[in-house]
Amino acid sequence: MSIATGSELTDLIARASALTEVEVVTKALSRDITLPYGAGTMVLISLDNGLDHKRPNTFGPRSLGELNAAIDAAQARTDIAAIAVTGKPFILAAGADLSQVAKLTDVDDARAIARIGHGVFAKLHRSSVPTFAFINGLALGGGLEVNLNCQYRTVSAGAAGIALPECFLGLVPGWGGAYLLPRLIGVPNALKVIIENPLNNNRMLTGPQVFELGIADAIFEPADFLERSIDWAAKVISGQVTVDRAEPDPAQWDMAVDMAKEMVDEQLAGAAPAPYRALDLIRAAKDSDLETAYDAEDAALSELIMSQELRSGLYAFDLVQKRAKRPAGTPDKDLARKVTKVGIVGAGLMASQLAVLFARRLEVPVVMSDLDAERAAKGVSQVQADIDKLLAKGRINPDKANRYKALVTGTTDQSEFADCDFVIEAVFEELTVKQQVFADLEKIVSAECVLATNTSSLSITAMASGLAHPERVVGFHFFNPVAVLPLLEIIRGEQTDDATVATAFAVSKDLRKNSVLVADAPGFVVNRILIRLMSEITRAVDQGTPVEVADRALKPLGLPMSPFILLQLVGPATALHVAETLHDAFGDRFWVSPNLKTAVEAGRPGLVDWSMEGTATLTEETAATFTIGDQAITEEQLRDRVLNALAEEIGLMLAEGVVAAPMDIDLCLILGAGWPFHLGGITPFLDRSGVTERVLGQRFLPKGVATLP
Amino acid sequence: MADSRDVVFLDGVRTPFGKAGSLYAETRADDLVVNCIRELLRRHPEIPPERVDEVAIAATTQTGDQGLTIGRTTALLSGLPSSVPGFAIDRMCAGAMTAVTTTASGIGFGAYDIAIAGGVEHMTHHPMGEGADPNPRFLAEKLVDPSSLVMGSTAENLHDRFPEITKERADRFAVLSQQRVAQAYTDGILTESLVPVATRSAEHGWGLATADEPPRPDTTMEALAGLKTPFRPHGRVTAGNSAGLNDGATACLIAGADTAAELGIAPAMRMVGFAFAGVDPSVMGVGPVPATEKALHRAGLSIDDIGAFEINEAFAVQVLAFLDHFGIDQDDPKVNPYGGAIALGHPLASSGVRLMIQLARTFRDNPQIRYGITTMCIGLGMGGTVIWENPNHAKENEK
Repeated sequence: MSIATGSELTDLIARASALTEVEVVTKALSRDITLPYGAGTMVLISLDNGLDHKRPNTFGPRSLGELNAAIDAAQARTDIAAIAVTGKPFILAAGADLSQVAKLTDVDDARAIARIGHGVFAKLHRSSVPTFAFINGLALGGGLEVNLNCQYRTVSAGAAGIALPECFLGLVPGWGGAYLLPRLIGVPNALKVIIENPLNNNRMLTGPQVFELGIADAIFEPADFLERSIDWAAKVISGQVTVDRAEPDPAQWDMAVDMAKEMVDEQLAGAAPAPYRALDLIRAAKDSDLETAYDAEDAALSELIMSQELRSGLYAFDLVQKRAKRPAGTPDKDLARKVTKVGIVGAGLMASQLAVLFARRLEVPVVMSDLDAERAAKGVSQVQADIDKLLAKGRINPDKANRYKALVTGTTDQSEFADCDFVIEAVFEELTVKQQVFADLEKIVSAECVLATNTSSLSITAMASGLAHPERVVGFHFFNPVAVLPLLEIIRGEQTDDATVATAFAVSKDLRKNSVLVADAPGFVVNRILIRLMSEITRAVDQGTPVEVADRALKPLGLPMSPFILLQLVGPATALHVAETLHDAFGDRFWVSPNLKTAVEAGRPGLVDWSMEGTATLTEETAATFTIGDQAITEEQLRDRVLNALAEEIGLMLAEGVVAAPMDIDLCLILGAGWPFHLGGITPFLDRSGVTERVLGQRFLPKGVATLP
Repeated sequence: MADSRDVVFLDGVRTPFGKAGSLYAETRADDLVVNCIRELLRRHPEIPPERVDEVAIAATTQTGDQGLTIGRTTALLSGLPSSVPGFAIDRMCAGAMTAVTTTASGIGFGAYDIAIAGGVEHMTHHPMGEGADPNPRFLAEKLVDPSSLVMGSTAENLHDRFPEITKERADRFAVLSQQRVAQAYTDGILTESLVPVATRSAEHGWGLATADEPPRPDTTMEALAGLKTPFRPHGRVTAGNSAGLNDGATACLIAGADTAAELGIAPAMRMVGFAFAGVDPSVMGVGPVPATEKALHRAGLSIDDIGAFEINEAFAVQVLAFLDHFGIDQDDPKVNPYGGAIALGHPLASSGVRLMIQLARTFRDNPQIRYGITTMCIGLGMGGTVIWENPNHAKENEK
C-alpha cells in the first residue's frame, strides 16, 4: 500500500479515532514566526497536550489528526519559508499512545495506526517547504520519528530521554525510524539506537549524544534553545549555514546488520520477534525507496501490534512504571517512622554494600559492627574504597565523598546502636545466630527501632519469636549486586506491625528500590521460583540428561542467562543451602541434587564445566565424581517440565498468599532476576502458551490483560 | 584598589517590550533577563565570561520570578561561571539606571573591571505596588500627600503646578513619540538592540517576540482627545499620553575604559557623572530637573553643553515640565529622537538601560554631539540623571 494522503489519510484517522473514546489529545498549535535575515515566515507547530511535563505529549489518532491538519494548513500556504515542529516545556513527545495500542483487536486497525503515522510524518519528509524539528526535550519512539521525518533538526543540550525504545517493548520504530535513521547516521550507530540500547535496559540518549550521533544537525543550550534554533533555521534558509552530513557507507551495511543479529541471537535466541523485524527493516533500508520502506514498516508494525510478545511487553512496562511505584498491600505511608541513623550487624561484603547504599541514599550515620575489630575496620575500608570508586567515576563530587565516608563507622561495641532507628543484620545465614543477634540488639535499641534481616530464606516469624517486641522485625531482602538490582522483597512476619512495614517501605523508597510486599514463606518469591526452576534442571541432569541439553533447554525463552550460569552466579553453596531449606519446607518439589552436593564439597565454582565455545559440559574428571542415571530426556521435555513446575509453584504461592497477585510475581522476576518483557515476567507466557490451564485448570490473568484478547 | 578611572558603556540589549497580560503572560521575568545577558555575551565573544565581575539586575517587585536575588539567579541561569556574583537592586523606575551607576561606581573605584547591569519588570506577574505595605505614618503624619502613591495622580498634580502644560500639549508630545518610534522602526534603529524571546502560550503555542508590542503608530490628536482620564474626572492624564503597563527586560555591559581597550572593544559612551535627587513625592515627575542640575553642576557642565537627551516618558507632562524648565522646545529633535516610553512602553525597573541604548545610538549617528544625558523620574519623588560623553566626538575631532 502506498503512503496514505488526502482523504484516505483523514478516513484512516477517523476510523482509528472511533476505536477509542478517550484520548488525551496533543494539540498541534501553529504560530507564524517572522524569521531574521529576511528569511521569511516560519510556521512553528507546538505539540502540547495542555498538561504539565509529568504527562508527556503522545500520538493517538486524534493527536495525529491535529498534526495532520496543522501540516496541511501550512503546506496550503504560498507565503511561508519553513515549517517547524517543537514541544511543550521539557517534552517533545513520548510517541504513540500505547494505552490504545494495547486494546487493538484487529490487524487492520493496527495497520491503520501504522499508516496514519507514516501518512502524517511523510508530509514533513516530502515537504517542498523546508521542515525543521527543534528537539527541546523528551522524544521517544514516534516522538523522535516525527523529528526524523523533518528535513533538519536541532537538539537542546539539556534534553534527556531521547530514544527509539520500540524493541524494548516489542515493536519496531515503524513510523520511519527504521528507514530514516540508518540512512541519516549510518548503520552501526542506527543499530545502537534501534537495537542495542533498547535491549540494554532501555538505555536512552541525551541531547549531546543525539548531536554526536548526527541525529541532530545543531545543538544549543537550553537557556535560549528555541530562540537559537529559530535563528539557525533562518540561517539555513537564507544560505548562511549549509548542513553537511556524512554519507552512510553502504559497504558496511550488511555486515553490521549481520553482527547485530548475532548479538540479538546471543541474547534472545529468537524468543522475541521485534528486534529481528527491526533488523530486517534496517537491512532493507539500504536500497529501498520511501514508499517501499514505509510499506514494510506498516507490515511489521501491524503484525507486532497483534503479537503476544508486545502485549506481554506492554503489561510488563505498566508493572514497572506503575505497580512498582505503588506496591500492593502496603500500610498507610504516614505510619512510617523517621530513620536518622542506621545500624548494620556484620562487616562482610554484603554489609559493606549495604553501608554504601544507606549512606548514599539516606545520608544518615551508618554504624557497622563486627565481633572482631579487625573485620569491622576492614568493612569500613571496603566502604571507603567503594566511595572512592564512585568519586573516580564522577558519580559523586569530593564533598559528597567526604560526607559519605564520614557517615560510615565501624565498631565492636553494639552500644553504638543505641540511637539507631533501623538496624539490619547481614550475618551468617543460620536461624539461631540471627535470633541471638536480635536478642542482643533488643537490650540496646529503643522499643520502636526496626530490626530488619537480609535473610534470603529463613523465617522472619521464627527470627522474631523470642523477642520482647517481635512486631518490629521485618525482612528486607536485597538482590546481589545491591547497588544494581532494583528489587527489594519486604517480608512481613506474623507479628510485624503496620508501622514497621510502612517504615521498611519508606526506607526502600529512599534507597530508590522497588519493593514488593511478601508473606513470610520460605524462599519468598524470586529464590523460590529460581530454585524450583533449578531443581528441575539438576534433577534431570542427575537422572541422566546431558548437561549440554539441560543448559540449552530454556534457550527459546530468552531468559537473561542459562541455568548453569545462574547457578554459578548465585554460588553452588548458596543454591544448595536454599534448595535444602525449601526441600525441608515443601518436600520433593525442591530437589537437593547429590551431584550439586558433590560439587560444593569439592569446592567447585559451579556444577558443570565450560567448553572453549562457552557451552556447558562435563569433563571426564568431573563426570567421574558424579552419579548420573540413565533416563535422558530431550530439551523440549525438560522445558515442559520446567514450565509446568513454574506454573505449579506460582499457583501454590498465590494460593498461600505469598504475594497479592500474579502481577507481583512478574514484577519480582523482572526487577530481581531480569526476566524479559516479552515473557511479561513469566505468568503471561505461561498463560498464553497454555501451560497454566494444563497445570492449574485456569489462567493466572484473564485474556487481554497481558496477552492478546 | 586602583585609582579612579574612566567608565564606559560598551553595549546594551533589551527584549521587545510587551503589553501587560499579553505577549509575555506565560513567560518568566527571569527568563527575559537571561535572554538579554546571553545576547550580550554572544555579541561580545571578546569578553571571557569569567571576567564579568558583577551582575546587577533591578526589579521593583522582588518576589516570585523576580525574587531570590535576581542578579544572581539570572547569572547562574545564563550559564555564567558560578564564580560570577550578582545582586538585586531597586529604585523603582530607575532600577536599571541605578544598576548602571552602582556598578560604574565600583568600576571607577577599581573593585570591578566589567559588570552586567540591567533591569526587568513583569507587570503582568507583578502589578505595581504588589505586596507593598506602606507605613501608616505616611498619611497619619501627613508625610506625603495621599495621591503620592498613585503615579497617575502625581502626573495630574504636575499639570496643576504647571498650568501652561495643557492636555493638548501633552497629547501632541504623545503623538510625536509614536511617530518617532514608527520612523525609527522603519529605519531599523530600534530593532538592532532587540533580543528575540520565545514566548510560551498554552493556548496558541510558542511564538517569537521580535518587536515591541505597545506602539500605536496611527495615533492621532483626535483619538487621544477622546480618551478617559482615569485619575481625575475631566483630568489631563490619559492612557494615550502616558507609558502603559508593560513587561520587558534590559541589560548592558559596563567596563573600565582600560579594560575595554585591553579587550579591544570600542566603547559606545563614556560616563561623565550622575546624580539622583529627591522632590515632593506628590509631584515625583519633576524629579529629573534637580537631578540634572545636580549632575551638571558636579560635572562642571551646563545644559547648553548637552546635545542629546533621552528622558523617560512615564507621562508626557513630566517630560514637558523638564523641557520647559530648561527652555527646550517640546518637539526639539535632540530630545528622544527615536521616540520614548509613551510609544514603546515602560517596564519600570528596566527602562533606564533602554534610554542608554537609544542615547548610544544617537551618539553613533551624530559624532558632532559631545555630551548627552539619560534622565528619568522615579516614584516616591525622585529623579535620576546620568551624563555621557560621545567617544565618536573625540575621534571626529582628532581627524
